[in-house]
Amino acid sequence: MLDEMQSHVTEDGRTIGGVLMEMRNITLRFGGVVAIKDITFDIREGEIRAIIGPNGAGKSSMLNVISGFYHPQEGEVWFRGHKRPSMKPYQVAHQGIARTFQNIALFEGMSVLDNVMTGRLTHMKAGIFAQALWKGRAEEEEVANREQVEKIIDFLEIQHIRKTPVGRLPYGLKKRVELARALAAEPKLLLLDEPMAGMNVEEKEDMSRFILDVNDEFGTTIALIEHDMGVVMDLSDRVVVMDYGRKIGDGTPDEVRSNQDVIDAYLGVSHD
Amino acid sequence: MSQGAAPQSVPSSIPALLARNVARFGDKPAYREKEFGIWQSWTWAEAADEIDALAMGLIALGLNEGDSVAIIGRNRPALYWAMVAAQKCGAIPVPLYQDAVAEEMAYVLEHCGARFVICGDQEQVDKVIEVQESVHGIDQIVYVDKRGLRKYDHTHMNAMADVQAEGRAGHERLEPVLRDREAKLDADTTCVMLYTSGTTGRPKGVVLSNRNIIETSRASAEFDHLEPGEEILAYLPMAWVGDFIFSIGQAYWTGFCVNCPESPDTMMTDLREIGPTYYFAPPRVFEGQLTTVMIRMEDAGRFKRWLFDRSMAVARRVGPAILDGKPVSAMDRLSYRFGHLFVYGPLKNTLGLSRVRVGYTAGEAIGPEIFDFYRSLGINLKQLYGQTEASVFITQQPDGEVRSDTVGVPSPGVEIKIADNGEVFYRSPGTFVEYYKNPDSTASTKDPEGWVATGDAGFIEESSGHLRIIDRAKDVGQMADGRLFAPKYVENKLKFFPNILEAVVFGAGRDRCTAFINIDLTAVGNWAERNNIAYASYQELSQNPQVLEIVQGHVEAVNESVAADEMLSGCQIHRFLVLHKELDADDGELTRTRKVRRRIIEEKYADLISALYDGSETVSTETEVTYEDGRKGKISATLDIRDAKVVGGEEERKVAAE
Repeated sequence: MLDEMQSHVTEDGRTIGGVLMEMRNITLRFGGVVAIKDITFDIREGEIRAIIGPNGAGKSSMLNVISGFYHPQEGEVWFRGHKRPSMKPYQVAHQGIARTFQNIALFEGMSVLDNVMTGRLTHMKAGIFAQALWKGRAEEEEVANREQVEKIIDFLEIQHIRKTPVGRLPYGLKKRVELARALAAEPKLLLLDEPMAGMNVEEKEDMSRFILDVNDEFGTTIALIEHDMGVVMDLSDRVVVMDYGRKIGDGTPDEVRSNQDVIDAYLGVSHD
Repeated sequence: MSQGAAPQSVPSSIPALLARNVARFGDKPAYREKEFGIWQSWTWAEAADEIDALAMGLIALGLNEGDSVAIIGRNRPALYWAMVAAQKCGAIPVPLYQDAVAEEMAYVLEHCGARFVICGDQEQVDKVIEVQESVHGIDQIVYVDKRGLRKYDHTHMNAMADVQAEGRAGHERLEPVLRDREAKLDADTTCVMLYTSGTTGRPKGVVLSNRNIIETSRASAEFDHLEPGEEILAYLPMAWVGDFIFSIGQAYWTGFCVNCPESPDTMMTDLREIGPTYYFAPPRVFEGQLTTVMIRMEDAGRFKRWLFDRSMAVARRVGPAILDGKPVSAMDRLSYRFGHLFVYGPLKNTLGLSRVRVGYTAGEAIGPEIFDFYRSLGINLKQLYGQTEASVFITQQPDGEVRSDTVGVPSPGVEIKIADNGEVFYRSPGTFVEYYKNPDSTASTKDPEGWVATGDAGFIEESSGHLRIIDRAKDVGQMADGRLFAPKYVENKLKFFPNILEAVVFGAGRDRCTAFINIDLTAVGNWAERNNIAYASYQELSQNPQVLEIVQGHVEAVNESVAADEMLSGCQIHRFLVLHKELDADDGELTRTRKVRRRIIEEKYADLISALYDGSETVSTETEVTYEDGRKGKISATLDIRDAKVVGGEEERKVAAE
């Protein structure tokens, strides 16, 4: 069915393309514990794809499989039409996948600008000596990278903290800086692990706007994990629902919302 | 210089001044804006080219002579160009307050009949689209920042860059039309229409002609010897007359450079980077900066604190005298020089005020300590008194005659008279043409001879010829026994304490005065942190018994100083309470320029006021609040009411009254 809709335009005018990434029959075990059991789904180019589920459903494990941090025992990961071999996370990053973390993972002692610049690492080609000497190609590269980073700083409205050490920032802003760093890599696929966790309503609204704008302006495909159902339903084009490592639902927010298995998983069922 | 020498050939409109500047300083910077972390600049020639392109593009979109063009957004070169481009097309620029909520915006857009609206970004476009449900005259929306707007319906909407591109592409066809329209502009053409925030009633559209703006700019630039090399930072609302005079009037007259900050949040960093030579800020900005400095000094090490205190003592003693060029002993001069090396210089640099040659503050009274602090550092901070209807300048302080309690002598070309009831009247070349579509208000404000009522009560000090303002004329009232009641006078004294952000004094027609106090969260919060006082919210902090104790001390100190003035000793505060929420423009309690709206507060908090007068110890209340996004909520609180000590004859009166 998916291949029939090779490419289509959504109601709000965005183009959703073909399949960017495909997870085929993924199973992930930690010793005897089965974290993910035989899950299959795909992510299409240009869409916002959410993975939801109750605590311990295996969402973060799934994201770690996508980002190449975990290697599933069974199943295949296909990215841009090729089966992905077992890779190190930095190789995955070079393929064009960037992520943010549930527990913020920034360099606390470095300024916002430097943190975001680290996101450009995959785009720096000059050797370590050239960079240390700040000559020729290294300098050109630095300027080009800084320009890109400044565009992102402008985009996420964090100009006022450009030179502030990250350790001094409040939580909500740190989350935004982390998003900036991920964006700096100009990813094809952006993975967001609970981007709204611990935020107040206003911060959530801001973050939602940024996620939509990123998707709209840069055409970045986004896969996100989120607990806040309201946010997920508003943001995403399609949702995968997981429970105890299994996939129990997949479809548009409306389809998922009316799926009995999903309702049971979230509200609980009486075992009588 | 050449400016003063050529009154006979003065350009008679802003576009004409632009042409003169292109010829005179074509390659000098006219505008700078920080973008992507770098200061981008435009010379006068480049700015003129951008303005022409935009004007032609607007004509292509169908802008007619006499149309109103509303301009909404933060200070950006593109929006300043939009104002001049509108003038070139023979249209009238109407800048609006960008933080206005949609319904306020709707009134102004409807009243001025704007056909074109030029917006800074998506936020403003969204508001205009919302407004369009009730206001139908808007034909075209132009926006500067494309972000987030790609998917919008563009049948009546364009990006400014695209409008300019179209203007450039069609210049063969459009340029003659533009030049033809430009040629028709003269001194009597409307230069700009500015809506006054209005402490009462609906905003009024003040029509200012090219003559008003250019004459005022010329006179005031000469008064302070402004030169083409000046740098200013444009950060105050574009809808405010001051910004129009500084960033367009005086900038075009003298040919100096207007710098726009990167974003409102980076204002202080940008200020440091630019180091303006000519600077304006309302008192609250100076207050805020001083509070920050003091808080940081409290956190500094002992040696630094000692050095700071010592140097500031020297500065307070001799700084203002040195600034005014009065004789000072050689020893003091030396101490001051050391102080400058170790404290004042670095401090001024941190504040971004190292290069300020002329600094102004106005709009509200400034605390004498605050004023003297800046002057003692060697910053030539002065006061001026003005209003929209006067194209800003009514009085201003000449160099060397600066005091914190006067607003200066009449500006060049301005005549002043004081009416019998104490109200200040003025007449000047800057006096506005009329209130747009409001002949009644025009007639009641401006008499046939051109005298304009300021609405402020004041007097001219005989010894110096300086004007002193007491209060808004309509707020100056009488107490029940006929004694003078001047609330603002007392409120200002209260607000001079860093812990007090806002105060509202009541007493008109009553036997004694009472007050609402708003604490300043920055100052009081810092104090609480220092003293290990935990609090969860503004509301909780405001009702902390120790905070109330501090505020009581402030109120009693004010009572003592008020009592010293025989005429106003009746205005001492007998009872007060500390409000559980900050007075806010979003709730209609303050104007957008942060002036207290007395009537609305009296209505809204009637229960609190009656509690102040019926002798109760506490009062419970529920207040509606409006959040930034326009949603409403309610907060309830129980407030303590405190009695304050009064002095002089007041004490016996109180006993007698009870």
